[in-house]
Amino acid sequence: MRTLLFRSLIATPLSQPVPKPAADALSAALGAQLDRAAQRRLGRSVAIRALDAGSCNGCELELNALGNAFYDLERFGLRFVASPRHADVLLVTGPVTANMREALERTYQAMPGPKWVVAAGACAIDGGIFAGSYAVHGGAGAVLPVDLRLPGCPPRPLELLQGLLALMEPSSASRPSARAWSDLRLG
Amino acid sequence: MGTLREALATGAPVTTQAPWPRVVVDAAGWSALGEALAEGALGLSGLWGEAEAVHAALFDEPAAEFAVATLACPEGRFPSLGRRHAAAIRPERAIRDLVGLVAQAAPDDRPWLDHGRWPVRAPLGRKLPPGPAAPYAFLPAEGEGLHRMAVGPVHAGIIEPGHFRFAVNGETVVRLETRLGYTHKGIEALMQGATIEHAACLAGRVSGDSTVAYALAFARAAEAALGVAVPERAHWLRALMAELERLANHLGDIGAICNDAGFALMLTHCAILRERVLRTADACFGHRLMRDLVVPGGVALDLAAPAGVHDLCAEIGRQFPRLVALYEGTASLQDRTCGTGVVAPGLARRFAAGGYIGRASGRDFDARRRPGYPPYDQLRFEVPVFENGDVDARVWVRIREVEQSLSLLQQILLAMPGGPVRVPLPLRGGEGVALVEGFRGDILVWLSLDEAGRVRRCHLRDPSWFQWPLVEAAIEGNIVADFPLCNKSFNCSYSGHDL
Ligand code: SF4
Repeated sequence: MRTLLFRSLIATPLSQPVPKPAADALSAALGAQLDRAAQRRLGRSVAIRALDAGSCNGCELELNALGNAFYDLERFGLRFVASPRHADVLLVTGPVTANMREALERTYQAMPGPKWVVAAGACAIDGGIFAGSYAVHGGAGAVLPVDLRLPGCPPRPLELLQGLLALMEPSSASRPSARAWSDLRLG
Repeated sequence: MGTLREALATGAPVTTQAPWPRVVVDAAGWSALGEALAEGALGLSGLWGEAEAVHAALFDEPAAEFAVATLACPEGRFPSLGRRHAAAIRPERAIRDLVGLVAQAAPDDRPWLDHGRWPVRAPLGRKLPPGPAAPYAFLPAEGEGLHRMAVGPVHAGIIEPGHFRFAVNGETVVRLETRLGYTHKGIEALMQGATIEHAACLAGRVSGDSTVAYALAFARAAEAALGVAVPERAHWLRALMAELERLANHLGDIGAICNDAGFALMLTHCAILRERVLRTADACFGHRLMRDLVVPGGVALDLAAPAGVHDLCAEIGRQFPRLVALYEGTASLQDRTCGTGVVAPGLARRFAAGGYIGRASGRDFDARRRPGYPPYDQLRFEVPVFENGDVDARVWVRIREVEQSLSLLQQILLAMPGGPVRVPLPLRGGEGVALVEGFRGDILVWLSLDEAGRVRRCHLRDPSWFQWPLVEAAIEGNIVADFPLCNKSFNCSYSGHDL
């Protein structure tokens, strides 16, 4: 174990730079979906409660990937929390199934205000390929007010990250502090 | 002649199905199959219904024979197989929920997938109006000092929804009862009437972590139904994707299991390797999970950058042995995984539990071998089998399978033939069945096409159907704090099971 830890110490970091210009355009487009007050309020720390409303588990795989050394989402002040009572943002994946609707609503109700809802993935946006099934209500918007939609099946981790950054201060990707941080990490 | 053929000898063969025989039996023949299952002479690989018939996919392990038995149910009932063979209980409950056929004298007649929230009952059968919603009757557990703990459907981490009801005595779990069905999306109903192409996309979204394996199982069933042979190169590309998928999932699981034992270092390193696999898949095929790339008739596109796979194998080949040494050499980690969550070999056999769960409990079964499919007949690989049946054994099966997948990937790159990768499909009817080894275990797809080549009925059976019940057995007598560890070592699919 010691060798492994030592190797990690001298290895170059894997973390990706903060999403760059192309990403800025996307962030801006995503940011435009949000009202600026939301961004001001959330500032630079966002607690996210992820909720699978009936996904195929593909979206969860990419959400989990956000925690790996490449994306390392906590360096941006983004954090997944266990309790809805600690959350600012409810991040919904999957179509809302009839069997999950109540759990979704109750999770949302358990969150303190102000709160925001992000629909991640094609299914959470409008039910995706499962829309129209007897067992599916549609996207998260069929049940809750959605503030931000992140397309993809599943969205790539980088796309998720860009989207979540848009929740924070406007054009957070070009914020001096964020840039300095990423430069530091890249050595 | 094997037991299976003998058991089906009196039935009427149906000629439209390929490649396994399908035989229509009468009620007595059906009950006889139940006896053969109870005695362990046959194994159950799937049990599903249509509006007026039930089908059972059966196999005879020593003889490597597979077949489907059908019983017509004009009166809406059939003799329960679950009465004698526990693995059939949940599928029978699902049949009742989805098509409305009733298993007579079934040991458990509670609904399973239907939580009383759909606008219709028996959506794949008579489509009845919904009844009054009744609270779910959990099994009783009574005794001095027992208390109940309800967990879910929403869990703390980023995982799928399901409900666990524990009866505990102090720290010790006396009984666990799972309740599933929360992610039921009605996939089989969405498939009815769909084109093969659209149904293939649905199949690839039954369980996202196994999208390649599902797409492959569906494609093979469709090709069997239509009598289509895909180009040789397509077989090899499919295997390449399937092994990348297996690699990514096993690496993720090994890390996540250790993390649930409080050893986050392993997760960090395994997650890096997993990410490398997904990035290679993205570079080669344009999608990190390789979704919608295995299609009926072949594969959607050819391999863009084989060198990337070479480099990936070399990198993992360098890093992985260090992680294995770390796993083996960390006593505090082994203390959590060894002897925890034991599945007895007899139970794994009776449930025909596939994948690392079966193989960690001595069940030597891998669909790549039997019934087998190309190009694995031309590749060298071992199927690792362990006997202990604990969390540790399930980790070891994965470790060995990572090594096998690396070797398979290298062999595939060396021996892959050239040529086209896809053929067009004819529009006609037929019936096909396929069994494919996903990372989690064997996936069964049964497909019936109408004359216009559209899906008449498709059933997709996730390996989790025969693994979830074993989670309940494995946790008994363990402490509550070990449940996440046990559950992660199973890593059953909720979505794949719930459909
Ligand atoms: S968007 Fe795609 S990956 Fe996400 S839940 Fe839906 S089908 Fe699965």
